[in-house]
Order: sequence, then C-alpha cells, then structure tokens
Amino acid sequence: MTLSEVTKVTGEVGDFKVTVKEHPRYVDMDKCIACGECAAKCPKKVDDEYNAETGKRKAVYVKYAQAVPLKYQIDANACIWLNKPGKCGACAKVCPADAINFDDTEKNHEIEVGSVILAPGFEAFDPTGTEVFGYGNYPNVITSMQLERYLSASGPTEGHLLRLSDGKPVRKMAFLQCVGSRDENLCGNGYCSSVCCMYAIKEAVIAKDHSPGLQTSIFYMDMRTHGKEFDEYYQRAKNDSGVRFVRCRVNGVEPQGKEGDLRLHYVNEQGQQIEEYFDLVVLSVGLQTPKHVLELAEQTGIRLTAHNFAAVSDFAPVSTSRPGIFTCGAFSGPKDIPQSVMEGSAAAAAAADILSPARNEMTKEKVFPPERNILDEELRIGVFVCHCGSNIAGYVDVEDVADYAATLPGVTHVERNLFTCSQDTQELMVKVIEENNLNRIVVAACTPRTHEALFHETIKAAGLNEYLFEMANIRNQNSWVHTGDKTAATKKAKDLTRMAVAKVAWQGPLQNFSVPITRNALVIGGGLAGMAAASNLAQQGFPVTLVERSSVLGGNANHLHNTWSGEHIPQRVDILIRDIKRNPMITIHAETELMGAEGYVGNFSTTLKNKSGVKQTVEHGVTIVATGATRLLPDEYGYRKQKDVVSSIEFDKLCEINDNKVKTSNSFVFIQCVGSRDADRNYCSKVCCTHSVQSAIDLKKENPNRKVYILYRDMRTYSQREMLYKKAREMGVVFINYELHGKPKVNKKDNGFEVEVWDHILHRPLLITADMIILAAAIIPSAGAKKLSRMYKVPLDNHGFFQEAHAKLRPVDFATEGLFVAGMAHYPKPVEESIAQALAASARAATLLSKEEVTLDGIKAEVDPAHCDGCALCIDVCPYHAITLLEEKNDKGEVHKLVSINKAHCKGCGLCQGTCPKRGVSVAGFTFKQLESQLDAALAM
Amino acid sequence: MENKKTIGSVMVVGGGITGMQSALDLADAGYFVYLVERSGAIGGAMAQLDKTFPTNDCSM
Repeated sequence: MTLSEVTKVTGEVGDFKVTVKEHPRYVDMDKCIACGECAAKCPKKVDDEYNAETGKRKAVYVKYAQAVPLKYQIDANACIWLNKPGKCGACAKVCPADAINFDDTEKNHEIEVGSVILAPGFEAFDPTGTEVFGYGNYPNVITSMQLERYLSASGPTEGHLLRLSDGKPVRKMAFLQCVGSRDENLCGNGYCSSVCCMYAIKEAVIAKDHSPGLQTSIFYMDMRTHGKEFDEYYQRAKNDSGVRFVRCRVNGVEPQGKEGDLRLHYVNEQGQQIEEYFDLVVLSVGLQTPKHVLELAEQTGIRLTAHNFAAVSDFAPVSTSRPGIFTCGAFSGPKDIPQSVMEGSAAAAAAADILSPARNEMTKEKVFPPERNILDEELRIGVFVCHCGSNIAGYVDVEDVADYAATLPGVTHVERNLFTCSQDTQELMVKVIEENNLNRIVVAACTPRTHEALFHETIKAAGLNEYLFEMANIRNQNSWVHTGDKTAATKKAKDLTRMAVAKVAWQGPLQNFSVPITRNALVIGGGLAGMAAASNLAQQGFPVTLVERSSVLGGNANHLHNTWSGEHIPQRVDILIRDIKRNPMITIHAETELMGAEGYVGNFSTTLKNKSGVKQTVEHGVTIVATGATRLLPDEYGYRKQKDVVSSIEFDKLCEINDNKVKTSNSFVFIQCVGSRDADRNYCSKVCCTHSVQSAIDLKKENPNRKVYILYRDMRTYSQREMLYKKAREMGVVFINYELHGKPKVNKKDNGFEVEVWDHILHRPLLITADMIILAAAIIPSAGAKKLSRMYKVPLDNHGFFQEAHAKLRPVDFATEGLFVAGMAHYPKPVEESIAQALAASARAATLLSKEEVTLDGIKAEVDPAHCDGCALCIDVCPYHAITLLEEKNDKGEVHKLVSINKAHCKGCGLCQGTCPKRGVSVAGFTFKQLESQLDAALAM
Repeated sequence: MENKKTIGSVMVVGGGITGMQSALDLADAGYFVYLVERSGAIGGAMAQLDKTFPTNDCSM
C-alpha cells in the first residue's frame, strides 16, 4: 500500500485494528503502464526529493526509474489542474492508457492484524539556516546525500563531479563530520549518528575513483569505524586511496572570490591556525527522526527516548513499549544498513513469536492448472516482442523485429505488446498460448534478471512447463545502449530473437524438485545469542537442540554487569537461562563438543560428544552458529607482570567484590585499543569505549575527587551512547587522545605507576601518576571457530570471525543455505546487537522450518554416463561441493568411474560443464545442443 | 492467551530496506503482510545511495 499512512491503532497484541489513510495518487495503478508520456508533457517542474533537491522532476512523476510499483503519481501541491481545475490537464490528454484520474480521493482502510512492525526510518538532518557552514548561501556547500546523488549514474550530473557555482570539475573537496550530530547547540542532536564516518570515507573514495587527481579531506572529531571490516576500509582509504584525515572541528566556511571557492579555517593537530581553500564542501549530515514519525509514535502510543527514538530494552531490542508493536531500523536509534536489515528480520521473529498459533491461516498457495504434455507435439513457438513503452520501440523498429520473428523456423505465432509485463498482457499471453496451442515461448523484452520469474508464472498459468521459455534481452543489452543507431539496434534485436528461438527449440520440460525439511534447529553456543535464538525458535513451535561446550549457559554475559543503557545483565541472563531450561521444546547439551557434521539445507546431521565420551547424532533442518568470542590476554603495559594492571573485565570483578585496592586508589588510567586496531588485529572491538566510560562514571560517582583518565585513539561511543561520553566529561573524567605510533608508556614506580602519553592539546608529553591501570583488551574469535568452519564448510573472515553471505543484505545468512550466524561469532558486539542478530537468525531459520519441504529449481547439472569417464576434473571446480566420484561395476565386473551430482547442493552454475573435456556433464536448460544451436543462430547472418 | 483471538497477519509500516526485510521474512514464514509505505514507491533511503561499502554494489 503506497501513499499510505497509519493514523490509528486500537486493540491489543494478536488482535489490532489499524486505520490506514491512503492519499490519492490521481493515476489509476491498474491502467498506468509507466510509459512516461505524462511526465514528458507535464509543464510543471519542482525540486526532486529523490535526488535530494539536486535536480528537478515534474508534477506527475515516478519516484525513480526502478521504482516498485512502477506507477506514476501526481504531486497534488504542484499539479496545475488540481490547483486550478480546467487549466492544463496535459497528462490526461496524452496518456495512452487513460490512467489519469483527477477525481481520485483519499481513502481510509480499517485492517485487522495480529501485530504491527514500525520501520519508518530516518531523515537526514537539514542544515538550512545553520549560518556556520553557509549551506544554502554558498552553492558549493552541499550535503552528503546530495553528493551521493551527484556521484550516482542516475543522478543529476550522471556521476560527474562538478562545482555548482561554475560547472568546473571539482579538484579539492572537504567533508565536515558531525553536522547535526554530537552537537546540542546547533540542532539539539547530542547523539552520534553512527553512519556518517563510514559513508564519508566511502563517498571520498568513490569521488576519487570518479575524478582522478581529486583531493579529498575529511575533518572529524573521532573516526567511528566500529563495524565489521570498517577499520580496514578506513586504512585503505588513507593509505591506498590517499584520502586525508584531519582531526579537528572546522570553525567556519567562508566564500573566497567570485568563482565559488571556499575558505575553511581550523586549528590543526599541531595547534596551528590554518586557512585552506576548497572547491566543494560536503556536510556529513546526521540522522534524525522525522516529524511524521513522531506523530506515528503518538498515534500508536509508544514511548520514545529523550532523542526521539523508539524506546527499547537491550534484551528486547525490537519490542516497543506497547506489546505486539515492534520496531526496527533507524527508528530505534541511528544505525547502518546491516544492523537495520538484521533488525528487520528480528522484528519478524518477534512478531512470529506471538502469532505462531495463526501461522498459515491468512496466506494461501497459488494454484496452477495441470501441466500439458508437449513431448509429442511438433514445435509451435510463440514470440512476444515488447515495446516497453518507448524504451525499446523508440530505438528499435519493433514491427520489423516481429515480422522477422514470424519467419524463423518453428515460430507459429508472434505478438507485439506495449508492455509485455503488464497485468493485462499477462492475461492476454495465457489466452494466446491456449488458443494457439503454443509449446515454447520467447519474450523479446527487458531482461531476465527482473522479469523471467514473472513470465515463468504466466506460462505455468497457461498449462505449460515453466522452463519452456527463453528471453531475448533487447532492452538492457540493446535499445538502452544503442540509442543513436536504430538500424543497428533493430538488426541486433533480430539477432537476439533468432538466438533465443534457436535455443528454446531444444528446450524440454524441467521439473523443480523438493526435499523434505527436518523441522528443527541446532543452535551451537549457549551464550546470549544462542539462548535468544533458541528461545525464539521454540516459541515459534520448532524443537531446538542447544549445544554448549562449557558447563554453564550465559557465555560472556556471565562476566558483564550493565548494558550501555544501564540494564542489569545478570538478572536478565538468569531469567533467560531459567526460561530455556523450562522450555520443553529445547534440549540442552552442556559440556558437549561437536564431532562432525554432514548434509544440506533441511537435512543436516551432526554428531555430538558429551563429557563422558558418549556420542549422539542429531538430525536437524537448520544450524545457527552462535559460538561467541573470547578476550585477548594482552602482553603489553605490564599486564600479568604488575598486580595492579588489569583488564576491564577483571576490574569489574574487583569493583564487584569491593576490593580494597580499588576502594583506596585515587588515580585510575584506562588504556583503550589494547590489541585492537593494530597490525595484528586491524578491527575495532566495538564495546570497549563504552565499557571504559561506564566504569569511569561509576568511579567518579563513588568518589568525585578521584582522578580518572581515559587514553583513547578514537572515542567510539556511537549512537545514543554518546550521552555517556558527555556525562563522563561533565563529571571530570579526563580524555586524552593518542595515536598508534605514540602508544602510552607505563612505568612502575614505588608507589604505583607513571604513565607517559603525548598530549595533543598541550603539545608536550604528559606524566600521569596512577594507582591502577585498566586495559580495554580486544575481543578475539573463539578457539573452536576454525574447526566449526571446516565442519560445516562455512568461511571465516581475515580475523577468524564467521563470514556472512553479504555484508549489507544478508548479515545473518551464510552463503550455504540453512546455516546462520549470530552474536560475537560474527563480530564483536554489545548485548542488544547480539540479541537482535539472534532473533534475525531465528526469523531466517523459520522461513525454512515453517515449510514441509524446500523447493529447488530445475536448472541442475546432469551426468551423461555414456560420456563421463570419472576424470573428476569437475569436482575441483564445483564451488558448492555438489559433485562426488562414484565407482560402479558393470555386468562383466569391470569398474566404471563416473561423477554424481547432489541436486540439493547444485546451483546450476555450469562450471562443471565448462571444465568437462568429454561432454559428460551439462546443465539442464543449457545443454550443449541448446548452446550450439544458439551459437549457430548467432553466426547465421 | 488461549481464549484470545490471534490474527495471522502483520502490518509493516515503512517500505525501506528494513521494512522490506521484515515483510519478506514474515511472508516466507506463513504470515500475511500489509506493507504500508508513505511515499509513492518502496525502497527508502537505500535506493538513493550510489554504491555501498564494501562491495561497491549498486544499491538497487
């Protein structure tokens, strides 16, 4: 439902009534074919929100070229007719589909749902009116979102970086960090927006790629690159791409001359006043909750934090204050894409937790007619040539292509459609196939990447096997690239169509096949993440086997006290352990190791061994790896040599037992990044800055006269944790920055320690007398990770943490289906992120476990026993471990070697086929015969 | 809980990357989803981004 807003939510968990207000689109969605004639004729231009106001759009518009749904809409504020009926109306006159409806009205819907998930997102801080940086006054000061659009090929300059003042290429650009973040004076947003450091680096690197020779500088306070692989990217940007990083707050931006140059003044790290000139200044704007979302929060009755983000518990990171209403993404605090995607899945798990009794009650399976047997029929190919509005027809003589297609061997029917993908054409296609008894279909249109699945469904609806289909890509690979030469484009469209016809002629029906799913889960690791995943899956009705190597559940959480927001960890962990132990759906195997594993999605088999050496095999449909991480035992700063040099965790224990040394000490020095972010471990352990700040606050609370120092490289109190950093400074905790090349030195003295560190403000070495030294030691991968990764054939990253399938879009899946990762096994992270990832893993696992069987497509490798001689070359190249070597005896007792394909593992990539020297293996749908006739057709003209 | 009504559908408010992920996971697990989006098309802020770290994938 687009152009729609929630205005009211009544009822309670499991049974809500939601009122949704749907604004008029003034374009009939069923009729609109997105040809763009309306926008071409519309005389009214306004700023384009999608391009962050860097370009213009019309009053009738589509949000962006790839929009879903791809339907035009009229901006009622800008439209001439809607403001003065009778004037204009150009769009209605030219629309070939009669889709414009100026009489469209607002509608209200009442919808009954069991649960509501709020994912309304954020808005970028708008720096208009912030006099300091001249945004809005000087044309060459832009926001990071605007830069993103300038860099984009679909943006206003098609990716060229030009000065807005005079259109000259940009040679020198500056990024100013923390605009609208960590700044209560300018905007009231005291929190850190978490994502700007990383996006500024990315934009700087990409901008340099676009414009060789471009100089980029990032002016920052703390470089907060605390996510997985972020620090390595930061280093690469600095060392390989040559992005300059300057730690300072820029005082002001002023124009210089009439050309649009900008003068920045700042104090550099050596304490000098500097003036420097730039072509372009980019404001790295922060994230904030938009006004309409604040209204949504009020209408739904959920509590917000002081910074206008949804209030959540660290132990229920997607649950709002109102039961049954969940939140995910930037609404509960600024966060990056992977964390948002994780929370999206986590919210699904949380909703499924309460709705599982009603699973499958509202959904229905699509029913298709029985498949027609075409094997004995003679070839009757139908070709559908698409105009794609003017996308193809504007550059290709489609009529000529259609006439030509009719002459090709086997073709008995040809159609042309304005939009072959539109709903009405789909219905027409079904009718045409049935009436003409067609048995192979070619669509000459956009691209199979986006539309092949749709046409498969269509021909299935006409009673054909879905694989009796081929697409000729005459748009993305033809009309879009040959806009200047209609004759050549038309010839190429014919070639492509001829090839598709030649290939489909040899296509037989293929069957998708299903493998049954063992509907239970194995969760490896009984820490917070493992327990949270197990608990949620059990709540959804799936049996869980939980394996823990040690004798106790709880993992690292057993050593922690408070979450960053102050929630008491031991109490919550106890509740979780109690619930897990009581849950009849969860079988716990403590003091148990994994011995071996085999199988594939839906059908894993894992062997366990308990402390008495008794082995047991567990069958399970999915596997969740939640083996956590461990702490580094440092070998610097006198750790383990000096009694009063301790790690953060040890210090917590000493505080807990009211240790006399802590009680009587007056000076404490915390040293950050001990073992993190160095040559051995170039990653950030993410939680240590917040941990040390919390400990420092506690020490000051107990006795404000104590001296507490934190020696840091970048304070990474991201998101709303920034308030802890602020509080610590207000309480008098002293923060001193050091660089990797100038690490602090700890010297033992008679009465404690002397810590030597370079002071960047005073520009001289500083000597601090300390009674205790507390080291923020790195988090390192758990010892068993390597063994586990080999056992399940899932990869580890450079540092030994488990590697997810995709850094952004699949943050809890492994590339191998049916396996998921959660918690610190993936990367160091705090409690709420571990739990969110665990819930996400549970949601992803539930998408498999909720089905009886998993359906796999029919594009799989097949062995031809007559040609395969078992040379096994294909086994080495198969990336999915889908091929095994068999030895068979024939009637005469001779041994014949040949390979066998496990179709559940095979993805149909064809590497085996390309490698095989004997034509012993080929992929169904891409057989040698098909490829040959396609090639012959390509060379035929 | 036993006597209370439980409806097997969920409303997801917001059609950005987060809301879409939620909607997909719920639909795949057997729940009917209403995806409510304030603007004329789904995609959210990520659709505005040029490329993303670390793969430099186009955000579409």
